[in-house]
Amino acid sequence: MSITYLEAIREAQAKALADDPRVFIYGQDVGAFGGAFKATKQLAQEFPGRVLDAPISEDAMVGAAIGAAIEGMRPIIEMQYADFSTPGFNQIINQAATLFWRTQVPCPITIRLPSGGTSGAGPFHSQSMESLYAHYPGLIVMTPATVEDAYSMLLEAVAIDDPVIFCEHKRLYYHLKAAALPTEAMPVGKARIARAGRDLTIVAYSAMLQDALAAAEELAAEGLEIEVVDLRTVKPLDTDTVMASVARTGRLLCVGEAFPWGGVTAEVLARVATEGFGLLDAPPQRLNARDTPIPYHPNLWLVHRPTAQSVCAAARKLLEM
Amino acid sequence: MLQTLESRGAPKAASSFPAQYLQAYRFMLLARVLDDKMAGLYRAGKIQGGVFLGRGQEALSVAMGLALRPGDVFAPLIRDGAGRLAFGEPVLDWVRTYLGSALGPMRGRDGNVHRGRPRQGLLPMISHLGAMISVVNGALMARRFKKIEGCVGAASVGDGATSTGSFHEALNQAAVERLPLVLLVANNQYAYSTPNSRQFACKDLMDKAIGYGIPAQRVDGTDLEDCLRVLSAATAQARAGGGPQMVVGRLLRLGGHGEHDPAHYIDAQLKKSPLGRDCLKVAEERLLREGWADAEAMRALRQQIVQEVAEAVATVQREPAPDPYKENWCALSSRHLIDVFEVPSLTPSP
Repeated sequence: MSITYLEAIREAQAKALADDPRVFIYGQDVGAFGGAFKATKQLAQEFPGRVLDAPISEDAMVGAAIGAAIEGMRPIIEMQYADFSTPGFNQIINQAATLFWRTQVPCPITIRLPSGGTSGAGPFHSQSMESLYAHYPGLIVMTPATVEDAYSMLLEAVAIDDPVIFCEHKRLYYHLKAAALPTEAMPVGKARIARAGRDLTIVAYSAMLQDALAAAEELAAEGLEIEVVDLRTVKPLDTDTVMASVARTGRLLCVGEAFPWGGVTAEVLARVATEGFGLLDAPPQRLNARDTPIPYHPNLWLVHRPTAQSVCAAARKLLEM
Repeated sequence: MLQTLESRGAPKAASSFPAQYLQAYRFMLLARVLDDKMAGLYRAGKIQGGVFLGRGQEALSVAMGLALRPGDVFAPLIRDGAGRLAFGEPVLDWVRTYLGSALGPMRGRDGNVHRGRPRQGLLPMISHLGAMISVVNGALMARRFKKIEGCVGAASVGDGATSTGSFHEALNQAAVERLPLVLLVANNQYAYSTPNSRQFACKDLMDKAIGYGIPAQRVDGTDLEDCLRVLSAATAQARAGGGPQMVVGRLLRLGGHGEHDPAHYIDAQLKKSPLGRDCLKVAEERLLREGWADAEAMRALRQQIVQEVAEAVATVQREPAPDPYKENWCALSSRHLIDVFEVPSLTPSP
């Protein structure tokens, strides 16, 4: 018996629907069809009238979720791909994110973004949007990297009174498995030491955690002890856990799948450089995708984003500094 | 008079048509006097940011507000002062938000027309006005989930918002879900300075409704009786389960986009045309002509309203402004999830 990352997301939604009558799901093809990735498989049948197909109208989907949330509902919006959240961007950043600040009325909506690259997906079905959303005050941005977090953090997302951008990585959907669903979870907003070490800290999140762990394993064969931090949420960003790890290792490499200009990796480096400069034995480094749109062909795609190999190379270079 | 959204329980539909007309006129006049006061305070440098008036749009606006009941949802546009008052927004909310009082519903965090009380069904607009329509849709979907029947949601937009993607998405969504939405388009001929001819190419904005499969009606926005009749019928239709209703009011904005805008671009011919009539004057003349009110009563009413507005402004001017030191600088309801990293120089300085 094992459960995949995708099944965990499906099960979390089933539990949210079963436990809380205020929850409903709204998104393209989420109804009888069960979603483009089957993240809502059978939910429309199990919860009649509460899993609704939406027209291809991301702006109106999010707008409606906000209106429903004002009225006390707990909507879950499925964007078919993270890339398609851009037509809903205005509603997310200007309406949902500002509502509580402006009115003291909370906006408990969860927006699921099937994120990140998969082979052959190309420029418009591969993007990682967490940095854009994390930039705006009033939003929480989750980036689960494990089956357990995919399940427990999605349940938390629905329970939280603020808008949550839930970045679930498509590359983890099918191949990342756990023995069972978790019965307990770390608090939201806390990063996790995914692997302990003392020579260098790799900070990662979402699918990049798996590449970071693979790199750490490879480097362990060379006698190098790499500490890997899983951010879990990029907003809030658990600076304390990152700083404590850097205090142990003196070296920082931050890895993200998003484009290189600004973003989560730059934020982590800025925080460590400004508040933890004295902890560093070498200049902090970061590794991101290339500064081009995401290519379609596997030959190109495999070298566009960071991989376990490029993480290894970057770590070795940093260890020589 | 300072009725609140909560206390506005009793059905407010006045018994006879003349009484209803007079009631509408009273809200229109109150809105006009408040507008004039805000314009004066703006010129005196007493208001931070812009001032956006509803002159010439009061008849259409008040008719929308009067068609709604407690428990309905209303997303007004920037010139809907009269409709807000008719829906039950307290005068103090208006004045406090313009003057930045810490006691207002927005507490200095947002200003002027960006005010509301979402829990009472009055949605505070964001500046991307077309985006408010789907929020009304969502509120109506929530009512349906909760099996609350007999309510409607109204969204007001101008001719400019009809060109936005949000407008299209939301109207289509309302039609697909068959929601009790009343979509009021106040075509005041200009979106800021852009005339209808550069805004849309269909013959009439009513034509847009056909594409969504929803009915539309036209109304003369300068004629209060026409506004009351059409908005009340459209709202009743939506309330009775007839699905979304679109109403397009034709009128002219009797001023600039905001008080900063002298609006030299407005066509002189339009101003002289029937479209350029001042709906408040038209209503006043009607009241006198029909003998529904005499000149003395009208003078007394105006005096009473001027006094009420002066008192509200005087009250608010004595109220505290927001204090940056006491401000709760947290954009999340879940305080424990605030991102704690803060650049020291960003903390408020004297």
